[in-house]
Amino acid sequence: MRRKLLPTPLTERVRAVLFNRRVVFGIPFLWLLLFFLLPFALVLKISLTSAVMAIPPYEPVFRWVDNTLSVVVNIGNYLFLLSDSLYVAAYWGSVKTAFLATVVCLLIGYPMAYAMARAPKHWQLVLLLMVMLPSWTSFLIRVYAWMGILGNQGLLNSFLMWLGFIDQPLKMLNTNFAVVLGIVYAYLPFMVLPIYTNLVKLDVRLLEAASDLGCRSLTTFWAITLPLSKAGILAGSMLVFIPAVGEFVIPELLGGPDTLMIGKVLWEEFFNNRDWPVASALAIVMLLLLLVPIVLFHRFQAREMEKHG
Amino acid sequence: MVKSRSFSFSKVMLVLGLLFLYLPMFVLIVYSFNASRLVSVWAGFSTQWYGELFRDEQILSAVWMSLRIAFYSASMAVCLGTLCAFVITRFKKMRGRTLLSSMITAPLVMPEVITGLSLLLLFVQMAQTIGWPVDRGMATIWIAHTTFCSAYVAVVVSARLQEVDRSIEEAAMDLGCTPLKTFFVITLPVITPALVSGWLLAFTLSLDDLVIASFVSGPGATTLPMVVFSSVRMGVSPKINALATLIIVAVSLIAFIAWYLMRRAERKRLQTPDA
Repeated sequence: MRRKLLPTPLTERVRAVLFNRRVVFGIPFLWLLLFFLLPFALVLKISLTSAVMAIPPYEPVFRWVDNTLSVVVNIGNYLFLLSDSLYVAAYWGSVKTAFLATVVCLLIGYPMAYAMARAPKHWQLVLLLMVMLPSWTSFLIRVYAWMGILGNQGLLNSFLMWLGFIDQPLKMLNTNFAVVLGIVYAYLPFMVLPIYTNLVKLDVRLLEAASDLGCRSLTTFWAITLPLSKAGILAGSMLVFIPAVGEFVIPELLGGPDTLMIGKVLWEEFFNNRDWPVASALAIVMLLLLLVPIVLFHRFQAREMEKHG
Repeated sequence: MVKSRSFSFSKVMLVLGLLFLYLPMFVLIVYSFNASRLVSVWAGFSTQWYGELFRDEQILSAVWMSLRIAFYSASMAVCLGTLCAFVITRFKKMRGRTLLSSMITAPLVMPEVITGLSLLLLFVQMAQTIGWPVDRGMATIWIAHTTFCSAYVAVVVSARLQEVDRSIEEAAMDLGCTPLKTFFVITLPVITPALVSGWLLAFTLSLDDLVIASFVSGPGATTLPMVVFSSVRMGVSPKINALATLIIVAVSLIAFIAWYLMRRAERKRLQTPDA
């Protein structure tokens, strides 16, 4: 349909001013400043206070008494975190578990993404949807599914006993093994997706050139495919590792008493002990630990979102 | 086509990986029809747990609450996320753009406990300073969900915006279209599929969130994941299996429809290349 050229009416000109670039930029910017950046400043502030029995349960940092502004900064929470071996162990446990789960995700996810990228075109969309579909259903319910499978009277133990491999049920639920398995299961799609997006853009002619020049397929893979998919591997690993470090639901439902993970400790510190300053200090230290991975991920994501534009 | 040994190895891994992803969900579906309460015992086919599910007032009201929050959050997130995507892909020289793009990508990986805690502290501080929000509940969950869902929408929409042919937009502007009109007449129809999939993604993310909602919610607002969580903490429950089955079936159905529509659009495009 063809449109006629008309002089722009006044209302449109007014609207053009209202919807100019500054407004387009300003609305999301202010929203994120208020609801994303400012909250972190508050976490930092409250991590420097001491807990009291009050509402809200922490002392103010700035106090205005007799025309004097006093600033009370309490670094006791941080010293407390360092002195108590429970917290150090929880940070270490989180990083260890998340790292292990990321490696397993990569070992399973990379071949999956590779096969998807090499599949015929009309299959790729179906496979992509199949990998993504589980992540659109409920995360909580997918973790819960493993409770029924891994339990002492669960499906896996009953099956193994029926086969005669074991006489006694194996303790699988409420162990660190279950936590790693849960993380791998829940986060696998987030590993496959960025690697697939990366591999599917790979220039097939490079591989053909290599094989024409007598490169064996395995050598081609190590020399060309793997280095060129580095960005996808990095993005996928960060998408698994960073949230896994702070994971709460999986260690709570699948972990046992000896499972120490920082997300769970923070949750208990906040909801059970109602110690907001210590919970805030835990969050700040966790952020500092994750700063390098987050910056790495951000650089990848910013490149993805900006190119061609 | 390059064929290699690793090709067939990866194929096997793909099949095994998909089995790994789908078997546990399949088990849930099968056991939701089990007459027995126990997981390991099959006591015959029964739909009694579905009946109990639909008589559970607490679950039903939580479902309604979650659906409303997800609807509002997804709608707001599409607006904010699209604006962000525009700034990132189009306004290359804008001041503050780098800060905006860091703030929009960070929620993608931020551990939920940190986001939840930080937003709760903000709401408490706001209640002290400006007197709002008096009670935490639907509104605070809506703000929290909108914020992290916007990040996902921004990723989906910016991917589509990169593919938009800028010359059509420029032509429209040369012919006297205002930027706003150009957006509604040219750009919007092209990015609509991305807006729809961004909205759906945000909707499922909001519907699924337990940790952030637990932090920022008050006694008045209980969402579905909170009810499910407090129930499964006690162990396996057949009623939750029935609920899980309904969720899995609903999501699969929507995904199938989306796939069908995408395939049809693709075929149409191939048949009429210049349409």
